[in-house]
Amino acid sequence: MAVPGQIAEDPQGSVGKAIARLLSIGLSITLPLIAFFLIYQGFLFLRAGHAAKWVMAVVAIVWGVGGVAFLYYFLNLLAEKLPLKWTARLQPFVFVGPAIGMLLWFLALPAVRTLYISLFGRNGPPAVPLSMLFTSPGAYFASLSAGFVGLSNYAAVFTDRLMLGAFRNNILFWIGIAAPLTVIAGLLIAILADRSSFERLAKSLIFMPMAISLVGASVVWNFIYEVNPPGTPQIGLLNAIVAGLGGRSHGWTNYTPIAPWNNLFLVIIVLWLQTGYAMVLFSAAIKGIPEEMLEAARVDGANEFQIFFRIMIPYILGTIITVTTTIIIFTLKIFDVVWVMTGGQFGTDVIATQFYRQSFINRNAGYGSAIAIVLLIAIIPVMIYNLGQLKEQETFR
Amino acid sequence: LKSARSQKLSGAILVNGALALIVILWMIPVVGVWISSFRERFDIATTPWWYVFPHRDWVMTKTIDPLQAGLDSNGLMNVEGVTATFEELRAGIESGNKRLIWIGNRRIGTIQVQQREWTTTANLNLENYRQVLDSRPVEIKHADGTRETVRGDDFSSALLNSLTVAVPSTVIPILIAAYAAYGFAWMRFTGKRFWFTLVVALLVVPLQIALVPVLRDFAGLHLNATFLGIWLAHTGFGLPLATYLLFNYIRALPRDILESAFIDGASHFTIFQRLVLPLSIPALASFAIFQFLWVWNDYLVALIILGPDPNTRVVTMKLAAIVGDRGQDWHLLTSGAFMSMIIPLIVFFALQRYFVRGLLAGSVKG
Repeated sequence: MAVPGQIAEDPQGSVGKAIARLLSIGLSITLPLIAFFLIYQGFLFLRAGHAAKWVMAVVAIVWGVGGVAFLYYFLNLLAEKLPLKWTARLQPFVFVGPAIGMLLWFLALPAVRTLYISLFGRNGPPAVPLSMLFTSPGAYFASLSAGFVGLSNYAAVFTDRLMLGAFRNNILFWIGIAAPLTVIAGLLIAILADRSSFERLAKSLIFMPMAISLVGASVVWNFIYEVNPPGTPQIGLLNAIVAGLGGRSHGWTNYTPIAPWNNLFLVIIVLWLQTGYAMVLFSAAIKGIPEEMLEAARVDGANEFQIFFRIMIPYILGTIITVTTTIIIFTLKIFDVVWVMTGGQFGTDVIATQFYRQSFINRNAGYGSAIAIVLLIAIIPVMIYNLGQLKEQETFR
Repeated sequence: LKSARSQKLSGAILVNGALALIVILWMIPVVGVWISSFRERFDIATTPWWYVFPHRDWVMTKTIDPLQAGLDSNGLMNVEGVTATFEELRAGIESGNKRLIWIGNRRIGTIQVQQREWTTTANLNLENYRQVLDSRPVEIKHADGTRETVRGDDFSSALLNSLTVAVPSTVIPILIAAYAAYGFAWMRFTGKRFWFTLVVALLVVPLQIALVPVLRDFAGLHLNATFLGIWLAHTGFGLPLATYLLFNYIRALPRDILESAFIDGASHFTIFQRLVLPLSIPALASFAIFQFLWVWNDYLVALIILGPDPNTRVVTMKLAAIVGDRGQDWHLLTSGAFMSMIIPLIVFFALQRYFVRGLLAGSVKG
């Protein structure tokens, strides 16, 4: 009796519930549609770019940040509406999915695609629709093989005179000289600062170039290296010193008589920029050395050099390795400084400038991609080391 | 004992002196640019920047018009007790504290009598900044009172563009990475280990590897030279580091706080928004500063994604363009360089603590 009674008792309520449910379904469909419509309109508005600059900027920021926040909110709502079992299964992908998607789109897949492009000639793989693979596979592979060059881009990379010059610069000047100099300078300054009476100020000032763009730093150093004709006042500091000592003014980064050592004047810029980074990490590491250990060594009659080499260096070895690897990776990819200072002329080319020139100026996609792959291969040992560290940490216990 | 103390003192002087020297050496390049940016165009091009400080130089005390004085520039001339040819005067004749020098060409030049004195060449003003910032032609007032109308270099809109690029390129990856970091740290799903290994592997991947394919995708989506395109690119390139850093932080949050929230029936979404995000602010700030500086100072990605379109040109590109086109215009380069540095420097000095914390946690980008 209770069942019909209930129905009879509450006919209006169940209709109302149904309407409410319909409404909520309708809203949960239309609201996101409206939101997506707004996001799309914002996208078109920004792509057209007709409005005043500051309006564009504000809309761009609100739209970009709001859009992403909305996306998560909406996807999560969908996941939570599902049956509990499915929520538990899908919700993690709402959280990590966008990140994984972006990583795949912008880094992981491009690496594979670049590898693929590097096997083709200057236009990359010919644009053949994938559907042809099913309709006429023969023609598909025939048109692909038209542009296929195998490993000959790599053969060119390792024989081209310009590329060999770039390899020499990257290995000898950047990894061989710039990286160790930066590490040593950073370590020495960290130790000096640790014992000085104005540590904070000194560290902050030496660290400051880290905040400056490489382009800005190039302008700063171009000014130091500026050359005026001999006999006229030198506005560049270095030539003013040369002239003051009775020498003849000349260029520095483009001073070919001393080639390839003119690269050192680019190295100095990076030394100036990166020493602060090394110093900050070393400074933190040095402060981690137990004071008792140093005291005990001093009591035992060790001099400062022995303390430095026998205690400090072994104690901060981990940091030294981290800093050195980081700076080696940085110097391996060095681009901005060389590009703005010399454009890779005067024998200062590096791998990254060659990559840029081949890919985007000479429009040789295959060759440029091969250079990028070589750069990637050079970094793989570091990648493997990182993964080894991850395994050691037992991140997912 | 006394000698030990004096040894300690001399050691301290040595350490502080050496460090002070290094700091000064480190600051000279920036100080030179900074001072120069306030100098007159003509002064920058003809005299070194340290001439704004007192220095010994030849200062004019008198000019002689050779025509009025009845001098024949083709023969020997007798001026101020010196007899010399035009060529000799042109090179300048020094006698004691005095110098005679011919300024200008043979027919209409003048002879200057100069004296060596302490002097400064310090006509400092903000005219360079006005020229570099303005988008319209600007009237520049020179120190000698003359006025000149010059084309503005429109750094103000480049600064606005940089800000438009940098703010979403900082906030969006943080949002995405924070969700992902929470997912990796506190949720259970299949393939977790694999995807996290991918994140770590991508930490050091050089972004050069991605540029050609990404540019092709963007061409298909008409995203080249749009802000949306560069936000997406910076987001993608910044994500491995952001996810890794935030994961390390969020994983270390006290387990019992989160568990008690679960027992109270809170969903993952609520826990993330109400608990994890507020607790992670230090880590978020560290990464935010790092990413902001990185994006603001980036040149390569902007060069490739935004291209030469003046409507979207960021400061680094603007500055590099002036280096390329007008590398001798030091009045523009110095003030432009300083404009490009001012915001990162403010961020850096105001939030240095967070920046250092981020570096120590492994903020180094591929």
